[in-house]
Amino acid sequence: MPGLRSLNLTLNGDLVQVAAPEHWTLLEVLRYSLGLTGSKQGCDKGDCGACTVLMDGEPVLACLTLAAAAEGKQIVTIEGLAPLHKRAGGSGVDPVQDAFDRSGALQCGFCQPGMILSAKALLDKNPKPTRDEIKQALSGNLCRCTGYTQILEAVEVAAAEARGEVPPGPRWRRFEG
Amino acid sequence: MAARDLHGPNPPWAKGFSVVGQPQRKVDGLSKATGEAVYTDDIALPGMLHAKTLRSPLPHARIKSIDVSKALALPGVHAVITGRDLPERYGVIPWTQDETALAVDKVRFVGDPVAAVAALDEDTAVRALELIAVEYEPLHAFLEPEDALRQVEPKIHEDKKNNVSKHVLLDFGDVDAAIAGADVTVEGEFGFHSTTHAPIEPHCAVARVSPDGVLTVWSATQITHYVHRALAKVLALPEQQIRVIQPCLGGAFGGKSDPFSLEFCVAKLALITGRPVKMLYTREEVFYTHRGRHAMKLRYRTGAKKDGRLTGVDAKILIDGGAYSSFGLVTTYYSGQLLTGPYDFPTYRFDSTRVFTNKPPCGPKRGHGSVQPRFAFEVQLDEVAEALGLDPIAIRRKNFQGTHTQTVNGQRITSNGFLECLAAVEAASGWKERRAKLPYGRGLGVAGSMYISGTNYPVYPNEMPQAGVQLKVDRSGLVTAFTGGNDIGQGSSSVVRSIVAEELGLLPEHVRVVAADTDLCPVDLGAYSSRVTFMVGNATIDACRKLRAKIVESVAAKWEVDPARIVMALGEVVDLDDVTHRLSVREAFHLAEARHDTLGSTGAYNTPELGGKYRGGTIGASPAYSFTAHVADVRVDVETGRIHVDKIWVAHDCGRALNPTLVAGQMDGSVYMGAAETVMENHAVSARGLHTGPSLLDYPIPTTLDTPEIESWIVESIDPEGPYGAKEAGEGPLHSAIPAIANAVYDAIGIRLRELPFTPAKVLRALGEQAERVESRRQRPVQAAE
Repeated sequence: MPGLRSLNLTLNGDLVQVAAPEHWTLLEVLRYSLGLTGSKQGCDKGDCGACTVLMDGEPVLACLTLAAAAEGKQIVTIEGLAPLHKRAGGSGVDPVQDAFDRSGALQCGFCQPGMILSAKALLDKNPKPTRDEIKQALSGNLCRCTGYTQILEAVEVAAAEARGEVPPGPRWRRFEG
Repeated sequence: MAARDLHGPNPPWAKGFSVVGQPQRKVDGLSKATGEAVYTDDIALPGMLHAKTLRSPLPHARIKSIDVSKALALPGVHAVITGRDLPERYGVIPWTQDETALAVDKVRFVGDPVAAVAALDEDTAVRALELIAVEYEPLHAFLEPEDALRQVEPKIHEDKKNNVSKHVLLDFGDVDAAIAGADVTVEGEFGFHSTTHAPIEPHCAVARVSPDGVLTVWSATQITHYVHRALAKVLALPEQQIRVIQPCLGGAFGGKSDPFSLEFCVAKLALITGRPVKMLYTREEVFYTHRGRHAMKLRYRTGAKKDGRLTGVDAKILIDGGAYSSFGLVTTYYSGQLLTGPYDFPTYRFDSTRVFTNKPPCGPKRGHGSVQPRFAFEVQLDEVAEALGLDPIAIRRKNFQGTHTQTVNGQRITSNGFLECLAAVEAASGWKERRAKLPYGRGLGVAGSMYISGTNYPVYPNEMPQAGVQLKVDRSGLVTAFTGGNDIGQGSSSVVRSIVAEELGLLPEHVRVVAADTDLCPVDLGAYSSRVTFMVGNATIDACRKLRAKIVESVAAKWEVDPARIVMALGEVVDLDDVTHRLSVREAFHLAEARHDTLGSTGAYNTPELGGKYRGGTIGASPAYSFTAHVADVRVDVETGRIHVDKIWVAHDCGRALNPTLVAGQMDGSVYMGAAETVMENHAVSARGLHTGPSLLDYPIPTTLDTPEIESWIVESIDPEGPYGAKEAGEGPLHSAIPAIANAVYDAIGIRLRELPFTPAKVLRALGEQAERVESRRQRPVQAAE
């Protein structure tokens, strides 16, 4: 049996100590040891982005990151967003999460934890991204449901609202004849 | 059709809609956004074992022996099963059950499941698989349908007389005479490759047997009811002893419609070990499990008069089915039955043959069976237009079949907003100003299509409703709706919530929905054939109307007024003629419960009698059809051969958009998927039967950077029988995206591409052939594409 390693993680603002096999990835530790199943496994080889978490504010693929490499870093998973928002004095869920819900960006939802964290990382650095910058920032997160349209809209809504501006309306139209 | 199934497109009380038609949040949106939503692989039960599948490395072979003794002896292994443990056959169509959970005696494709192991953890299970010794006798592998047709032995399914899975020949009118009498006849061959669903969530199932013997299976399925029936058959357990639950589902697109090997394996392993068992497919296994789009070779002949009116359409289609039947009987019918709109075909014939091959089995993928013929026909229709000197949109208008009519193959058409769809994309794309006027290398193309809103073919024959809904009323003012309908991300539970809120005057957040749990929910036939909004929606209205009648009657009795004066909306019950009469819905529930005892109700929907009076006439017969038009704007890089799909305008007649945010999402996603299979995706199998790229890197699905800009136009024809007039939106908007791109490429570079996918190599080859021709048919200034 492989040896266990004691890990000290800073996870969603808390110091967490957990023992796990030394070859385990961060995704395995999150899902199997800590029960944080919000980070998804879609391919287990870095292709789909469903396991994206933030490490020191940067989106990383938890399925390709050894858990040991996460020690000493600030890790934020999808479960952490709303509580961290509350701890910072906010109410409800993180505004990015709320914008995704209102914009129809969540169909099956399986890619969304990763997608939302990539969007969060972008908006933390760039409060006024262009559509092309949003596309670049989310290009590592595959979605099979939405055609990305409502996801891009959600990020634009979140960005505009954070700036105190009226968000752009949705792109769909009703044909009136 | 029972009277209960007809509700009319508007509520029968005096007010407009307060919830329906408005953008609404989804019932599960925030739980998905916060990571709280539980998908099948998120379930962990105490003592749970992990299972893995041993799969065939050969495309076609007899199993001479299997020795599992070493695997069983490995510490941590709790059970190993093979085909002998689960020999009972199953298959989603009762007449073509040719699958077993694990191979019995022979394997029929690379990836065919052979054995399954349950162990303490996944690593141990994987090691155990390596210790299973299987001796194979390789057989000739049929990798092309022509080969499987030509040579019968060694048959892929030994109890069949040859390798034909299904043959359908249907003839409507004298096609040969009609085409002979045409002013123009166009004939051509087309190829559609196989593509796969690639949901981001891999298949997963968990089973537990409780001390009283009840087997619970959680599965990432889009049809709970059929899994329930199949488990009972294969495990030889009474249905009452089995509970099937679909947790939150991470995408399906048809790829989770069949009962799958893993559902039977986890159940059997849980029964053997007495421990909960989970199996999660790897991404590679998802590719081999497939059930995706059938590759087809299609030959079409279309005749038309000078004015553009079609005289006849004649199709001959060869369908590559892969190793098993799956939904193939239906696919074979759909390849012909669903082409007979939005255009009037005076005569029509199709001759479709589905053939078994030693490849991953095909099945239903978004636009089941009808996407391939739609591609071929819509390209041919463009050729007819060109031969007659007609505008491609004009010829489509000319042949519009109309509303409240019947197709040549006997399908009833009710509402039909196809002309509005054409008008929307024509105006939005700047068609008149831009088509055939863009510089060389850029072009616009149009195409149209139709699709079903469910069918009246219930897979297994029965007289019971196709959809059932049950409502439970709480004294707090909360209503819980129970539906067997599978929410696979398309938002069917959210549709149920909107309808309940509308009908009972509740705020949407005061409606909960419990779905897809066979112990708790009335039967629904599941999420396929785009049936859920139409059928579950109607069943929900039915349940609500019965309940509402009791509530309104109770309030009317208290106020001593005519019940017709009473309106329930957004949490309140009011008397339209006397504003002093006002109650909360909660208080109204109390009045009704005091008067009628505990409140609740059930509702159901069944299709009317539909379809032609001939064998197969009910397959593809839908209570309502959706209609779609696309215009694609493409750029062809003549140096690299790459086609860039810059933008697609899509207009879709969904009857009424119950929640336009969800409808637009379905349209966007459909267009994305259609564009992807046109220029990017290819589910190909090598000469040795191996998938050529079973990963999300090697089977490249589009990222944000590859996806065209999509502009979605919602057309509302208000269907007489849909819930508030609604029809489907989840599959129709895929179809004509593909031929619209093909037709745009022709407008861009004067080349007809008839073989999908449109790879750079094919484009360059065609450009080379074009250059050899003496003169280009196009008289446009030549300038390099951007």
